[in-house]
Amino acid sequence: MDKPFAITLDVGTSLANKTGSWRTTRPVYVDRLPPCNDACPAGENVQGWLFHAEAGDYEAAWRLLVRDNPMPAVMGRVCYHPCEGACNRGTIDAAVGINSVERFLGDLAIRRGWRLDAPAESTGKRVLVVGAGPSGLSAAYHLRRAGHAVKIVEAGPAAGGMMRFGIPKYRLPRDVLDTEIRRILDIGVEIELNRKVTDVRAEREAGGFDAAFLAVGAHIGKRAYIPAGAAARIVDAVSVLRGMEGEEKPMLGRRVVVYGGGNTAIDVARTAKRLGATEAIIVYRRTREKMPAHDFEVEEALQEGVLIKWLSTIKNVAGEATLTVEKMALDDKGYPQPTGEFETLEADSLVLALGQDVDLSLLDGVPGLVIRDGVVEVGPNMMTGHPGIFAGGDMVPSERTVTVAVGHGKQAARHIDAWLSGGEWRPPARHEIAKAENLNPWYYADAPKTVRPMLDALRRTSTFDEVQGGLDEGNALFEARRCLSCGNCFECDNCYGVCPDNAVIKLGEGRRYRFNLDYCKGCGICASECPCGAIRMEPERN
Amino acid sequence: MEMQTVRFYQTGTFTVGNRLLAPHERSVQAEAQRANALTSGHRACQGCGEALGARYAIDAAMRATGGKIVAVNATGCLEVFSTPYPETSWQIPWIHSLFGNAAAVASGVAAAMRRKGTDDVRVIAQGGDGGTTDIGFGCLSGMFERNDDVLYLCYDNEAYMNTGVQRSSATPPAARTATTPAMGPEPGNVFGTGKNVPLIAVAHQIPYVATASVANLRDLEYKVTRAMEFRGARYVHIHVPCPLGWGSAPADTIKVARAAVESGLFPLFEAVNGEIVSSTKIRRRTPTADYLRLQKRFAHLFQPGGEARLAHIQAIAERNIVKFGLEGTGA
Repeated sequence: MDKPFAITLDVGTSLANKTGSWRTTRPVYVDRLPPCNDACPAGENVQGWLFHAEAGDYEAAWRLLVRDNPMPAVMGRVCYHPCEGACNRGTIDAAVGINSVERFLGDLAIRRGWRLDAPAESTGKRVLVVGAGPSGLSAAYHLRRAGHAVKIVEAGPAAGGMMRFGIPKYRLPRDVLDTEIRRILDIGVEIELNRKVTDVRAEREAGGFDAAFLAVGAHIGKRAYIPAGAAARIVDAVSVLRGMEGEEKPMLGRRVVVYGGGNTAIDVARTAKRLGATEAIIVYRRTREKMPAHDFEVEEALQEGVLIKWLSTIKNVAGEATLTVEKMALDDKGYPQPTGEFETLEADSLVLALGQDVDLSLLDGVPGLVIRDGVVEVGPNMMTGHPGIFAGGDMVPSERTVTVAVGHGKQAARHIDAWLSGGEWRPPARHEIAKAENLNPWYYADAPKTVRPMLDALRRTSTFDEVQGGLDEGNALFEARRCLSCGNCFECDNCYGVCPDNAVIKLGEGRRYRFNLDYCKGCGICASECPCGAIRMEPERN
Repeated sequence: MEMQTVRFYQTGTFTVGNRLLAPHERSVQAEAQRANALTSGHRACQGCGEALGARYAIDAAMRATGGKIVAVNATGCLEVFSTPYPETSWQIPWIHSLFGNAAAVASGVAAAMRRKGTDDVRVIAQGGDGGTTDIGFGCLSGMFERNDDVLYLCYDNEAYMNTGVQRSSATPPAARTATTPAMGPEPGNVFGTGKNVPLIAVAHQIPYVATASVANLRDLEYKVTRAMEFRGARYVHIHVPCPLGWGSAPADTIKVARAAVESGLFPLFEAVNGEIVSSTKIRRRTPTADYLRLQKRFAHLFQPGGEARLAHIQAIAERNIVKFGLEGTGA
């Protein structure tokens, strides 16, 4: 024993002291559901594709995006982005411009000619899709990817549905729409145009289809009874917007009155302005707060010189051009009530934008179907009461937007795919939502939202050029990097750094971290300093 | 459209690491191969700010010197929890002598290095606030005055925690400790006493003095690295919350330290050759009450009658903000 005086033990490392035994709570890495993903009607993994975009890997971002939604360039223009409404960054400064980054990715994909992945091996099953609107195209894309043979039958002269015959060009340029539709057809989706399916059962039988997905949309303009002379020019908004796609543009005259308060009313009023109307007046029976149209669209319309008469109804049309308008007042419950005060408006045409009905004639005589309030009832699996016939989009009860329709198409495709193999598709369990209080916003620097450029006012009222511009690579990257990565580890090394016990093991790029429970004392600093809420403390069981 | 500079907004420069940065631009603590000078198995309490601050500082010094450092430790929590014989958590040459003589021992080690001609091995002395501002103060002042080539790191947790939370000359006013109980008409530590050792170090006109906090890793690593660029006496004073002594939740260690900085109670600055040359700006101004409320040692301030003393503490913070120029844009 050659140890110094009074020394009896060798020096050892403290690694022999497993301080993990002190622990009463343990940290666990979790993936919480980002609110944007939760809010997306098309079920996009928004946080996931932003993660790639932040690193400048735009192709990886786009590929992850199109796994859920094959039309990012369209979405980046027409989606009402409920994701941004839910974005936790909104509690710090302003929501991440998810929609503008989506458009950037979509446009980049068009510019670079990126193509969708080839479909899976053929299953030998055939699926009929009726209608080539957003819902039908989305279903066709997802079904084809799963390896099924898909045929779309479309009544109109071109694919796109309301994206083409409802949304004006200044919001969605047609070359963008055409390219994204073409890309879907290119993976092997068959389409037949200019043929209306009149009997879905016969169609299914004749074509040997194993299942059918109906997505005919809602494109019959609702009428309201307004006493009018024979000379009055009254048209419906859907016909006007559809007419814009033809050779002959609709003749609306110099003074146009639009009756209604939805997005379609706004679209048609803005279209009338561009067609040369000196006056485009929207008559709506309630107030701006109650208007179903999105506020930014109302704002853009006002900027373009569209006038809006709030709290007004149209009583009758006298002669060719004189409308009688009655003022309304909201009652205690917020419903408009007549006041007996009248005024007159001169108008060359009156456009009714009062909502749309579904043409359900193709379903005549199909047993088991339930139709309520003019739309088709479907189960949680998107199947109608008739086995093998599924439906989605505007013809089923839903919020009528392009994004919801795309989401229906995806969901229906999953259920059809499972149904065709005799199974049932069960959505995976959802993670808990990553709420603002799960985050530690200290670690996010202030960064104002990037505003997209707008076309100047003169060109907005004289041409159909696109109103809203896109981001370029520089500011798209900036915007993507504003994402907080709610509930999902983005490898910031905070847990690894802040552990006083050196009990977090860094596994290397893309592999995240692991807790070394031999030494973790359970203090919880990692969880409270995790910027994105990806660590949860759980009680030790014993 | 106006051009905007693309920065790392998601991860900021505030997180420890950042997958979007080149490896050499990341913090020392983000490195998979960091020195881990104070390794696992030490017996510090859960959420110990001092254990964290010591690893941050020594790892940064290790990178700055290529791993060539010797550390001299004063008696205190850091010494006790890291080296209960026969175990040690230190992965560097390390020596402990007495409570009050770390600065003097370090001066001796530096002299030995000079005598041996090994000028690439750098010497660090470290201790808590008790061993630095009270018991070791004479040796520290001597080390400064002789301008010995030592970096002295003080981990300030504002009382003698190792022996049961007794007041030190770094204990802030109103803080309850075992020797300043929260009783009587003036509960807790008295106002108007204590020492500001960083400013005393500045008054010695030594080459480099800085204050740092475990809540601002980038700033702390920068200051330790900068200190290693100088020869002669250097002093870095690091604010390290003590969950046990302060009565704060172990998970809140960094949150508490951050509130001290953001309220202005613990100003971060650096001084070269006796002149304050920069201060770290407050990013999100916090009322001092938000800092105090997280700690049971200040609970009495939130009882009826505590208002005047709360206002007094707020006034101290506001004076710091003006004196050290803590507001405005900057780092």
